[in-house]
Amino acid sequence: MQEIFIWLNDQLLRMQWLSDLVTMLVRDGFGLDTTGRIGGSIHFFIYDVIKIFILLSVLIFCISYVQSYFPPERTRRILGQRRGLWANTVAALLGTITPFCSCSSIPLFIGFTSAGLPLAVTFSFLISSPLVDLASVILLASIFNWSIALAYVAIGLVLAVLGGTLIGRLRLEDQVEAFVYQSPVSDPDNDGAISRRERLSYASAQVAEIAGRVWLYVLIGVGIGAAIHNWIPEGFIAALLGQDKWWSVLVATVAGVPMYADIFGTLPIAEALVDKGVGLGTALTFMMAVTALSLPSMIMLKRVVRLPLLGVFIGIVTVGIILIGIVFNATAHLFV
Amino acid sequence: MNIKILGSGCRKCVALAENAKAAADAEGINVEIEKVTDIIDVARYGVMSTPGLVIGDKVVSSGRVLNPSDIGALLREAAA
Repeated sequence: MQEIFIWLNDQLLRMQWLSDLVTMLVRDGFGLDTTGRIGGSIHFFIYDVIKIFILLSVLIFCISYVQSYFPPERTRRILGQRRGLWANTVAALLGTITPFCSCSSIPLFIGFTSAGLPLAVTFSFLISSPLVDLASVILLASIFNWSIALAYVAIGLVLAVLGGTLIGRLRLEDQVEAFVYQSPVSDPDNDGAISRRERLSYASAQVAEIAGRVWLYVLIGVGIGAAIHNWIPEGFIAALLGQDKWWSVLVATVAGVPMYADIFGTLPIAEALVDKGVGLGTALTFMMAVTALSLPSMIMLKRVVRLPLLGVFIGIVTVGIILIGIVFNATAHLFV
Repeated sequence: MNIKILGSGCRKCVALAENAKAAADAEGINVEIEKVTDIIDVARYGVMSTPGLVIGDKVVSSGRVLNPSDIGALLREAAA
Protein backbone atom coordinates (compact mmCIF):
# COMPACT_ATOMS: atom_id res chain seq x y z
CA MET A 1 0.00 0.00 0.00
CA GLN A 2 2.71 2.41 0.98
CA GLU A 3 4.71 1.41 -2.08
CA ILE A 4 1.78 2.23 -4.31
CA PHE A 5 1.47 5.64 -2.67
CA ILE A 6 5.18 6.32 -3.10
CA TRP A 7 5.04 5.25 -6.74
CA LEU A 8 2.00 7.48 -7.43
CA ASN A 9 3.69 10.33 -5.62
CA ASP A 10 6.93 9.95 -7.58
CA GLN A 11 5.33 9.55 -10.98
CA LEU A 12 2.27 11.81 -10.79
CA LEU A 13 3.44 14.57 -8.48
CA ARG A 14 7.19 14.61 -8.80
CA MET A 15 6.96 13.37 -12.40
CA GLN A 16 10.03 11.18 -12.28
CA TRP A 17 9.14 9.95 -15.79
CA LEU A 18 9.42 13.49 -17.08
CA SER A 19 12.77 14.02 -15.39
CA ASP A 20 14.01 10.79 -16.99
CA LEU A 21 12.69 11.82 -20.40
CA VAL A 22 14.34 15.22 -20.18
CA THR A 23 17.58 13.58 -19.06
CA MET A 24 17.45 11.43 -22.19
CA LEU A 25 16.71 14.45 -24.35
CA VAL A 26 19.55 16.52 -22.90
CA ARG A 27 22.03 13.64 -22.96
CA ASP A 28 21.21 12.01 -26.28
CA GLY A 29 19.60 14.93 -28.11
CA PHE A 30 21.94 17.74 -27.09
CA GLY A 31 24.91 15.56 -26.17
CA LEU A 32 25.28 17.24 -22.77
CA ASP A 33 26.01 15.70 -19.38
CA THR A 34 23.08 16.42 -17.03
CA THR A 35 25.37 16.38 -14.02
CA GLY A 36 27.47 19.11 -15.65
CA ARG A 37 26.76 22.77 -15.40
CA ILE A 38 25.17 23.57 -18.76
CA GLY A 39 23.41 20.24 -19.09
CA GLY A 40 22.17 20.52 -15.50
CA SER A 41 20.75 24.00 -16.05
CA ILE A 42 19.02 22.96 -19.26
CA HIS A 43 17.59 19.90 -17.56
CA PHE A 44 16.34 21.95 -14.59
CA PHE A 45 14.76 24.51 -16.91
CA ILE A 46 12.98 22.13 -19.31
CA TYR A 47 11.85 19.72 -16.61
CA ASP A 48 10.57 22.40 -14.24
CA VAL A 49 8.79 24.43 -16.91
CA ILE A 50 6.94 21.39 -18.27
CA LYS A 51 6.17 20.06 -14.80
CA ILE A 52 4.85 23.37 -13.53
CA PHE A 53 2.67 23.93 -16.58
CA ILE A 54 1.18 20.43 -16.36
CA LEU A 55 0.45 20.81 -12.64
CA LEU A 56 -0.79 24.36 -13.11
CA SER A 57 -3.29 23.38 -15.80
CA VAL A 58 -4.64 20.37 -13.96
CA LEU A 59 -4.79 22.12 -10.59
CA ILE A 60 -6.35 25.33 -11.80
CA PHE A 61 -8.97 23.35 -13.66
CA CYS A 62 -9.94 21.40 -10.54
CA ILE A 63 -9.83 24.42 -8.25
CA SER A 64 -11.85 26.58 -10.61
CA TYR A 65 -14.48 23.88 -10.77
CA VAL A 66 -14.76 23.86 -6.98
CA GLN A 67 -14.55 27.63 -6.95
CA SER A 68 -17.57 27.94 -9.24
CA TYR A 69 -19.63 26.78 -6.25
CA PHE A 70 -18.30 29.64 -4.14
CA PRO A 71 -18.76 32.95 -5.95
CA PRO A 72 -17.82 35.93 -3.76
CA GLU A 73 -21.47 36.70 -3.03
CA ARG A 74 -21.93 33.28 -1.50
CA THR A 75 -18.67 33.54 0.43
CA ARG A 76 -19.91 36.83 1.82
CA ARG A 77 -23.22 35.30 2.90
CA ILE A 78 -21.41 32.41 4.58
CA LEU A 79 -19.06 34.75 6.42
CA GLY A 80 -21.88 37.08 7.45
CA GLN A 81 -23.46 34.25 9.43
CA ARG A 82 -20.35 33.53 11.51
CA ARG A 83 -19.02 35.35 14.56
CA GLY A 84 -15.67 35.82 16.28
CA LEU A 85 -12.67 33.59 15.76
CA TRP A 86 -14.81 31.05 13.93
CA ALA A 87 -15.62 33.67 11.29
CA ASN A 88 -11.89 34.35 10.85
CA THR A 89 -11.19 30.65 10.49
CA VAL A 90 -13.91 30.17 7.88
CA ALA A 91 -12.64 33.29 6.07
CA ALA A 92 -9.11 31.89 5.98
CA LEU A 93 -10.40 28.54 4.69
CA LEU A 94 -12.59 30.13 2.01
CA GLY A 95 -9.58 32.23 1.03
CA THR A 96 -7.89 29.04 -0.13
CA ILE A 97 -10.47 28.36 -2.83
CA THR A 98 -10.85 31.82 -4.31
CA PRO A 99 -9.23 33.51 -7.30
CA PHE A 100 -5.47 33.89 -7.31
CA CYS A 101 -5.34 37.37 -8.76
CA SER A 102 -4.42 40.30 -6.57
CA CYS A 103 -6.60 42.44 -8.82
CA SER A 104 -9.71 40.86 -7.32
CA SER A 105 -8.77 41.89 -3.80
CA ILE A 106 -10.16 45.43 -4.17
CA PRO A 107 -13.69 44.50 -5.29
CA LEU A 108 -13.75 41.82 -2.59
CA PHE A 109 -12.59 44.26 0.06
CA ILE A 110 -15.25 46.80 -0.92
CA GLY A 111 -17.94 44.18 -1.33
CA PHE A 112 -17.26 42.59 2.05
CA THR A 113 -16.85 45.84 3.96
CA SER A 114 -19.89 47.58 2.52
CA ALA A 115 -22.00 44.56 3.44
CA GLY A 116 -20.93 44.99 7.06
CA LEU A 117 -18.38 42.22 7.47
CA PRO A 118 -15.89 43.17 10.19
CA LEU A 119 -12.39 44.18 9.11
CA ALA A 120 -11.01 41.21 11.06
CA VAL A 121 -12.84 38.74 8.86
CA THR A 122 -12.12 40.57 5.61
CA PHE A 123 -8.40 40.72 6.35
CA SER A 124 -8.24 37.06 7.34
CA PHE A 125 -9.66 36.37 3.91
CA LEU A 126 -7.32 38.81 2.16
CA ILE A 127 -4.23 37.34 3.82
CA SER A 128 -5.13 33.75 3.13
CA SER A 129 -6.32 34.25 -0.44
CA PRO A 130 -2.96 34.84 -2.22
CA LEU A 131 -0.91 32.95 0.38
CA VAL A 132 -2.54 29.56 0.50
CA ASP A 133 -4.44 27.77 -2.18
CA LEU A 134 -4.94 24.18 -3.15
CA ALA A 135 -2.51 24.56 -6.04
CA SER A 136 0.28 25.65 -3.73
CA VAL A 137 -0.27 22.61 -1.53
CA ILE A 138 0.07 20.16 -4.40
CA LEU A 139 3.03 22.05 -5.88
CA LEU A 140 4.84 22.09 -2.54
CA ALA A 141 4.17 18.38 -2.17
CA SER A 142 5.53 17.85 -5.66
CA ILE A 143 8.71 19.83 -5.17
CA PHE A 144 9.38 19.13 -1.49
CA ASN A 145 7.15 16.65 0.30
CA TRP A 146 3.74 16.27 1.90
CA SER A 147 4.70 17.22 5.44
CA ILE A 148 6.21 20.49 4.24
CA ALA A 149 3.12 21.18 2.12
CA LEU A 150 0.72 20.56 4.98
CA ALA A 151 2.84 22.54 7.44
CA TYR A 152 2.89 25.47 4.99
CA VAL A 153 -0.90 25.45 4.70
CA ALA A 154 -1.48 25.11 8.42
CA ILE A 155 0.88 27.96 9.16
CA GLY A 156 -0.54 30.15 6.37
CA LEU A 157 -4.03 29.66 7.80
CA VAL A 158 -2.87 30.47 11.33
CA LEU A 159 -1.22 33.64 10.04
CA ALA A 160 -4.45 34.62 8.27
CA VAL A 161 -6.63 33.99 11.34
CA LEU A 162 -4.29 35.71 13.82
CA GLY A 163 -3.39 38.57 11.47
CA GLY A 164 -7.05 39.30 10.74
CA THR A 165 -8.01 39.07 14.41
CA LEU A 166 -5.23 41.44 15.40
CA ILE A 167 -6.25 43.98 12.76
CA GLY A 168 -9.83 43.73 14.07
CA ARG A 169 -8.69 44.39 17.65
CA LEU A 170 -6.99 47.63 16.61
CA ARG A 171 -10.35 49.21 15.69
CA LEU A 172 -9.19 50.84 12.49
CA GLU A 173 -12.61 51.05 10.85
CA ASP A 174 -12.16 54.82 10.47
CA GLN A 175 -9.06 54.17 8.37
CA VAL A 176 -11.13 52.80 5.53
CA GLU A 177 -12.06 55.32 2.82
CA ALA A 178 -15.62 56.54 3.37
CA PHE A 179 -16.91 55.62 -0.08
CA VAL A 180 -16.28 51.96 0.70
CA TYR A 181 -19.03 51.95 3.36
CA GLN A 182 -21.36 53.81 1.01
CA SER A 183 -20.96 51.38 -1.87
CA PRO A 184 -24.14 49.48 -2.61
CA VAL A 185 -24.38 45.81 -1.82
CA SER A 186 -25.34 43.97 -4.94
CA ASP A 187 -26.26 40.34 -4.84
CA PRO A 188 -27.57 39.16 -8.17
CA ASP A 189 -28.66 35.71 -7.14
CA ASN A 190 -27.05 33.81 -9.98
CA ASP A 191 -24.98 31.14 -8.33
CA GLY A 192 -27.77 28.58 -8.22
CA ALA A 193 -28.50 28.39 -11.92
CA ILE A 194 -25.12 27.26 -13.22
CA SER A 195 -25.08 24.00 -15.10
CA ARG A 196 -22.24 21.51 -15.01
CA ARG A 197 -21.31 22.43 -18.56
CA GLU A 198 -20.98 26.07 -17.57
CA ARG A 199 -18.78 25.09 -14.63
CA LEU A 200 -16.55 23.02 -16.89
CA SER A 201 -16.25 25.80 -19.44
CA TYR A 202 -15.61 28.30 -16.64
CA ALA A 203 -12.82 26.04 -15.34
CA SER A 204 -11.16 25.71 -18.73
CA ALA A 205 -11.46 29.45 -19.34
CA GLN A 206 -9.75 30.02 -15.97
CA VAL A 207 -6.89 27.72 -16.97
CA ALA A 208 -6.37 29.68 -20.19
CA GLU A 209 -6.62 33.03 -18.46
CA ILE A 210 -4.30 32.20 -15.57
CA ALA A 211 -1.75 30.39 -17.74
CA GLY A 212 -1.77 33.41 -20.04
CA ARG A 213 -1.15 35.70 -17.08
CA VAL A 214 1.55 33.75 -15.25
CA TRP A 215 3.58 32.00 -17.94
CA LEU A 216 6.20 34.74 -18.04
CA TYR A 217 6.62 34.67 -14.26
CA VAL A 218 7.03 30.91 -14.40
CA LEU A 219 9.74 31.17 -17.08
CA ILE A 220 11.55 33.92 -15.14
CA GLY A 221 11.20 31.99 -11.88
CA VAL A 222 12.51 28.76 -13.37
CA GLY A 223 15.29 30.72 -15.11
CA ILE A 224 16.40 32.22 -11.80
CA GLY A 225 16.09 28.78 -10.22
CA ALA A 226 18.29 27.23 -12.91
CA ALA A 227 20.86 30.02 -12.45
CA ILE A 228 20.92 29.52 -8.69
CA HIS A 229 21.09 25.78 -9.23
CA ASN A 230 24.21 25.72 -11.35
CA TRP A 231 25.85 29.11 -11.73
CA ILE A 232 25.81 31.01 -8.46
CA PRO A 233 28.56 29.63 -6.20
CA GLU A 234 27.23 27.70 -3.24
CA GLY A 235 29.59 29.60 -0.93
CA PHE A 236 28.02 32.91 -1.92
CA ILE A 237 24.49 31.74 -1.20
CA ALA A 238 25.58 30.07 2.03
CA ALA A 239 27.29 33.27 3.16
CA LEU A 240 24.18 35.34 2.45
CA LEU A 241 21.33 32.97 3.26
CA GLY A 242 22.95 29.96 4.96
CA GLN A 243 21.27 28.02 7.75
CA ASP A 244 23.64 29.43 10.35
CA LYS A 245 23.01 33.06 9.41
CA TRP A 246 20.40 34.58 11.69
CA TRP A 247 19.65 37.34 9.18
CA SER A 248 18.81 34.97 6.32
CA VAL A 249 15.07 35.16 7.03
CA LEU A 250 15.20 38.96 7.06
CA VAL A 251 17.05 39.07 3.74
CA ALA A 252 14.46 36.72 2.23
CA THR A 253 11.63 38.93 3.50
CA VAL A 254 13.12 42.21 2.32
CA ALA A 255 13.82 40.71 -1.10
CA GLY A 256 10.41 39.09 -1.40
CA VAL A 257 7.93 41.70 -0.15
CA PRO A 258 8.05 44.20 -3.03
CA MET A 259 8.24 41.46 -5.64
CA TYR A 260 5.16 40.48 -7.53
CA ALA A 261 4.81 36.92 -8.71
CA ASP A 262 2.55 34.11 -7.86
CA ILE A 263 3.32 30.82 -6.25
CA PHE A 264 4.03 29.12 -9.58
CA GLY A 265 6.90 31.45 -10.36
CA THR A 266 8.26 31.48 -6.82
CA LEU A 267 8.49 27.77 -6.16
CA PRO A 268 11.34 26.95 -8.55
CA ILE A 269 13.43 29.66 -6.87
CA ALA A 270 12.66 28.25 -3.43
CA GLU A 271 13.46 24.77 -4.70
CA ALA A 272 16.87 25.82 -6.01
CA LEU A 273 17.65 27.73 -2.81
CA VAL A 274 16.88 24.73 -0.62
CA ASP A 275 19.04 22.55 -2.88
CA LYS A 276 21.89 24.98 -2.26
CA GLY A 277 21.60 24.52 1.49
CA VAL A 278 19.37 27.48 2.32
CA GLY A 279 17.16 26.80 5.32
CA LEU A 280 13.65 25.58 4.59
CA GLY A 281 12.21 28.40 6.71
CA THR A 282 14.15 30.99 4.75
CA ALA A 283 12.86 29.61 1.45
CA LEU A 284 9.25 29.45 2.67
CA THR A 285 9.51 32.99 4.04
CA PHE A 286 10.68 34.15 0.65
CA MET A 287 7.71 32.44 -1.02
CA MET A 288 5.23 33.87 1.48
CA ALA A 289 6.73 37.35 1.16
CA VAL A 290 6.46 37.29 -2.61
CA THR A 291 2.90 35.95 -2.75
CA ALA A 292 1.25 37.61 0.26
CA LEU A 293 2.60 41.13 -0.19
CA SER A 294 3.58 42.94 -3.34
CA LEU A 295 3.98 46.50 -4.51
CA PRO A 296 1.11 46.34 -7.03
CA SER A 297 -1.35 44.95 -4.49
CA MET A 298 -0.33 47.57 -1.91
CA ILE A 299 -0.85 50.35 -4.44
CA MET A 300 -4.31 48.90 -5.12
CA LEU A 301 -5.17 48.63 -1.43
CA LYS A 302 -4.01 52.19 -0.83
CA ARG A 303 -6.99 53.33 -2.88
CA VAL A 304 -9.45 51.91 -0.37
CA VAL A 305 -7.69 52.12 3.00
CA ARG A 306 -5.66 54.91 4.60
CA LEU A 307 -1.95 54.64 5.28
CA PRO A 308 -2.13 53.63 8.98
CA LEU A 309 -4.31 50.61 8.22
CA LEU A 310 -2.20 49.69 5.21
CA GLY A 311 0.90 49.98 7.39
CA VAL A 312 -0.62 47.78 10.09
CA PHE A 313 -1.57 45.18 7.48
CA ILE A 314 1.90 45.13 5.92
CA GLY A 315 3.55 45.15 9.35
CA ILE A 316 1.54 42.26 10.76
CA VAL A 317 1.99 40.08 7.69
CA THR A 318 5.72 40.86 7.50
CA VAL A 319 6.36 40.08 11.16
CA GLY A 320 4.23 36.95 10.77
CA ILE A 321 6.22 35.53 7.89
CA ILE A 322 9.54 36.37 9.57
CA LEU A 323 8.43 34.43 12.65
CA ILE A 324 7.28 31.55 10.47
CA GLY A 325 10.69 31.45 8.77
CA ILE A 326 12.54 31.37 12.08
CA VAL A 327 10.31 28.62 13.47
CA PHE A 328 10.60 26.56 10.29
CA ASN A 329 14.37 26.91 10.23
CA ALA A 330 14.57 25.75 13.83
CA THR A 331 12.34 22.75 13.23
CA ALA A 332 13.29 21.86 9.63
CA HIS A 333 14.73 18.49 10.70
CA LEU A 334 11.17 17.36 11.45
CA PHE A 335 10.11 17.80 7.84
CA VAL A 336 12.91 16.41 5.69
CA MET B 1 -31.44 52.02 -22.71
CA ASN B 2 -28.08 52.16 -21.04
CA ILE B 3 -25.99 49.04 -20.56
CA LYS B 4 -22.73 48.97 -18.68
CA ILE B 5 -20.07 46.31 -18.85
CA LEU B 6 -18.03 46.27 -15.64
CA GLY B 7 -14.52 44.88 -15.84
CA SER B 8 -10.97 45.89 -16.59
CA GLY B 9 -10.90 44.87 -20.23
CA CYS B 10 -10.45 41.14 -19.78
CA ARG B 11 -11.40 38.72 -22.54
CA LYS B 12 -14.65 37.86 -20.76
CA CYS B 13 -15.67 41.52 -20.64
CA VAL B 14 -15.25 41.78 -24.39
CA ALA B 15 -17.32 38.63 -24.90
CA LEU B 16 -20.05 39.95 -22.60
CA ALA B 17 -20.16 43.26 -24.47
CA GLU B 18 -20.50 41.41 -27.77
CA ASN B 19 -23.31 39.25 -26.39
CA ALA B 20 -25.11 42.32 -25.06
CA LYS B 21 -24.86 43.98 -28.45
CA ALA B 22 -26.16 40.87 -30.18
CA ALA B 23 -29.04 40.61 -27.71
CA ALA B 24 -30.04 44.24 -28.20
CA ASP B 25 -29.96 43.82 -31.99
CA ALA B 26 -32.05 40.66 -31.81
CA GLU B 27 -34.61 42.32 -29.54
CA GLY B 28 -34.64 45.44 -31.66
CA ILE B 29 -33.91 47.56 -28.59
CA ASN B 30 -31.80 50.65 -28.96
CA VAL B 31 -28.98 50.54 -26.42
CA GLU B 32 -25.80 52.38 -25.64
CA ILE B 33 -23.07 50.18 -24.25
CA GLU B 34 -20.66 51.74 -21.83
CA LYS B 35 -17.53 50.13 -20.43
CA VAL B 36 -16.53 50.74 -16.83
CA THR B 37 -12.92 49.65 -16.48
CA ASP B 38 -11.53 51.28 -13.35
CA ILE B 39 -11.62 48.65 -10.64
CA ILE B 40 -12.82 51.12 -7.99
CA ASP B 41 -15.68 52.27 -10.21
CA VAL B 42 -16.55 48.63 -10.81
CA ALA B 43 -16.57 47.99 -7.08
CA ARG B 44 -18.79 51.04 -6.53
CA TYR B 45 -21.55 49.07 -8.20
CA GLY B 46 -21.10 46.45 -5.51
CA VAL B 47 -19.74 43.95 -7.99
CA MET B 48 -17.12 41.57 -6.62
CA SER B 49 -16.31 39.47 -9.64
CA THR B 50 -16.01 40.65 -13.19
CA PRO B 51 -17.40 40.90 -15.73
CA GLY B 52 -20.50 42.56 -14.37
CA LEU B 53 -23.55 43.57 -16.37
CA VAL B 54 -25.61 46.63 -15.49
CA ILE B 55 -28.89 47.32 -17.27
CA GLY B 56 -30.39 50.70 -16.52
CA ASP B 57 -28.88 51.15 -13.10
CA LYS B 58 -29.37 47.62 -11.87
CA VAL B 59 -26.61 45.03 -11.59
CA VAL B 60 -28.09 41.96 -13.24
CA SER B 61 -25.11 39.61 -13.24
CA SER B 62 -21.55 39.33 -12.05
CA GLY B 63 -18.72 36.92 -12.68
CA ARG B 64 -20.41 35.37 -15.70
CA VAL B 65 -20.59 35.81 -19.43
CA LEU B 66 -24.33 35.63 -20.07
CA ASN B 67 -25.38 34.41 -23.50
CA PRO B 68 -27.38 36.69 -25.82
CA SER B 69 -30.73 35.02 -25.11
CA ASP B 70 -30.33 35.48 -21.34
CA ILE B 71 -29.42 39.12 -21.86
CA GLY B 72 -32.37 39.48 -24.24
CA ALA B 73 -34.74 38.30 -21.52
CA LEU B 74 -33.21 40.77 -19.06
CA LEU B 75 -33.54 43.58 -21.59
CA ARG B 76 -37.23 42.78 -22.14
CA GLU B 77 -37.74 42.73 -18.39
CA ALA B 78 -36.05 46.11 -18.00
CA ALA B 79 -37.99 47.62 -20.89
CA ALA B 80 -41.33 46.47 -19.52
